[in-house]
Amino acid sequence: MDRIAAFLAMGGYARYLWPAYGLAAVALVVLLVVSFKAMRARERELAESERHRRKGRRNETQA
Amino acid sequence: MLQLHAFANPQRFLRLARVVLPWSAAATALLLALGLYLALFASPPDYQQGEAVRIMYVHVPAAWMALFVYTVMAAASGAALVWRHPLADIAAQAASPIGAVFTFLALVTGSLWGKPMWGTWWVWDARLTSVLVLFFLYLGHIALSRAFDDPTRGSRAAAVLALVGFVNIPIIHFSVVWWNTLHQPSSVFRMGGPTIAPAMLVPLLVMALGFTGYFVTVLLLRVRMELAARKLRVLRLGALSGAVPTGSLVAGT
Repeated sequence: MDRIAAFLAMGGYARYLWPAYGLAAVALVVLLVVSFKAMRARERELAESERHRRKGRRNETQA
Repeated sequence: MLQLHAFANPQRFLRLARVVLPWSAAATALLLALGLYLALFASPPDYQQGEAVRIMYVHVPAAWMALFVYTVMAAASGAALVWRHPLADIAAQAASPIGAVFTFLALVTGSLWGKPMWGTWWVWDARLTSVLVLFFLYLGHIALSRAFDDPTRGSRAAAVLALVGFVNIPIIHFSVVWWNTLHQPSSVFRMGGPTIAPAMLVPLLVMALGFTGYFVTVLLLRVRMELAARKLRVLRLGALSGAVPTGSLVAGT
C-alpha cells in the first residue's frame, strides 16, 4: 500500500506528472476514436451509395 | 520512381492500408505499453530533477513528432503541388490534425514540466515561441484545407501554407543554439552523439517509436476517411448532373 502511495506521489511531483500523462492519453485516444469512427461512417456511406448507383444502372438497362 | 507511382494509385493504396493497419495498431499498442513501463517504473529518477524527469518521456517524443509530422506534411504538400496527385494532397490534409495534437501535447507537458523545474509555466523564449507558432501553423492548415466547398481548391492554398511554414522547422530545431533560451539544448540529436544516460535514452526512443506507430495508424485511418469522402462527393455530384464522372478517384471502383 505504501509502495503504491509512494509511486503515485512521484516524489512530490504528482500534480505536474499525472496531468501530463493523463492529458496525453486522453488527447491521443480521442483523436484515434474520432478518426476511426469517421472513417467507418464515410466508407459505409460510400458502399451504400455505390449500391444505389448499380441498382439505378440495372433499372436503366431493363427499361 | 515507378514503384512510388504504383502506391500513388488510390485503389492500390487502400488495399495496402487495409493490410498495414492491424500491424501498425498492434505495434503501437505494444511499444506504448513497453514505453510506459520503462518511463514510469524501470527508469531511474534524475539526480537533479527527481521523479519530475519522467515528464520527459511524453514531452520529448511529442515534440519530435510535432516536427516530424510537419515535415511529412510539407513533403506531401510539395508533391501535391508538383504532381497534382490527390493522394499526396489527402495525406497532407490527414496529417495536420495529428501534428496539431502532438504540438499541443508538447506545449502543455512542457508547461507542466517547466513549472516545477524553471518556476514558471511559460516564457516567451525562442524555443517555446517557435513551437507555439508551429501550433498555429497546424491550426491554419486545418482551417484552410477545409475552408472551400471544393476540397481541391482549399488544399492548394493549404499546401502553399505548409511549404512556407516549413522555414519554422529548422528555426525550432536550432533555436536553443542560436538564442539564449531557458529551454535546454538537445541531448539526443546533436553532433558527437547523445549525452543522455542509456537508462533514460532507451525509454525515450521506445516512446518515440510508439508515437510514430500511432501517427502511421491514425494517418492511414484519416486517409481512408478522406478518400471515401471525396469519392462520395464525386458520386453525388454525378448523380445531380445525371452522369458519373470518371475522375481518378472513382475510376476502378
